[in-house]
Amino acid sequence: MTRFVSWVLLPLGLVAIAGVLVWAFYLATTGETGARLADLALARVPETGVSNPVTSVLLNYRAYDTLLELAVLLAALLGIWSLGPAAPGFQRAAEVLQGMVAWFVPLLILAAGHMLWVGAYAPGGAFQAGALLGAAGVMLALAGHPSAGLPSEPVLRLLAILGVLVFCLVGLALMVLGLGFLTYPPGMAKWLILLIETGATLAIGVTLAAAYRGGRPARASEGAAP
Amino acid sequence: MIATQLLYVGCGILLLILGLWSFLVHPPLLRKLIAINVMGAGVFHILVAIAYRGIDTPPDPVPHALVLTGIVVAVSATALALAFGQRLDRDDDR
Repeated sequence: MTRFVSWVLLPLGLVAIAGVLVWAFYLATTGETGARLADLALARVPETGVSNPVTSVLLNYRAYDTLLELAVLLAALLGIWSLGPAAPGFQRAAEVLQGMVAWFVPLLILAAGHMLWVGAYAPGGAFQAGALLGAAGVMLALAGHPSAGLPSEPVLRLLAILGVLVFCLVGLALMVLGLGFLTYPPGMAKWLILLIETGATLAIGVTLAAAYRGGRPARASEGAAP
Repeated sequence: MIATQLLYVGCGILLLILGLWSFLVHPPLLRKLIAINVMGAGVFHILVAIAYRGIDTPPDPVPHALVLTGIVVAVSATALALAFGQRLDRDDDR
């Protein structure tokens, strides 16, 4: 009976789902060409303070979305930290890998800064830059640095919440000024977006590296920080 | 050009279905986790294909932004699931 379900009914159901998806997509692309969201989004990009449409969607039109997404990252990191101390670290790497890591980590940090800046007018932005920073941390961990390049516990906790913190502070400050939550005034939009993205980059990088290392960070008072 | 787009979407849907099948059929936690990630890759594929609007018009930025945030959420969810799995294994050994 279970065999019948998993070899006949399940594949049939999955094929049906695939068929419905293809049909829906075909109708969506060949159907009537009414007003699409894309035209509206692209038409108002000059008002958003950045000229890269993807960044303007992420940090301006859908800023709430990005804020909550940073909160998801933070929640995942807190979940990982709540599961107890980290597993024993990696073996110290041999000289060749050490040398390569010593070259690559500064390059990755530079590339992250470039990505962050370039995100205003070309593909790039906080998520890509944060991923590069996280990759630098992963590389350090693999080369046998037990801290994965992360700072001590109090600074680590501050950096982990930095994205959500900066986002909320900017939103609240704009509310105090009489604008809506995260409704940027056009003149300041570029700088506010850059400020938020800088905080988000640091938070994403630290979160990814800390999630890779796993385990609750050792308290400074415990003296376990290597 | 609709053929290219359909090809991309077809690949995305194929990945989605393969991932879903693997998720339902294979009991080990790690395989389920990999299956979910394959499903996610399929969804991102579909979203990127939807954003395509012909060679002359710029692509729709909204699905692109969704994919960008989706990737980061998928990575962090995977990390959390791996940490849970590791903890479960450790508790089983005791």
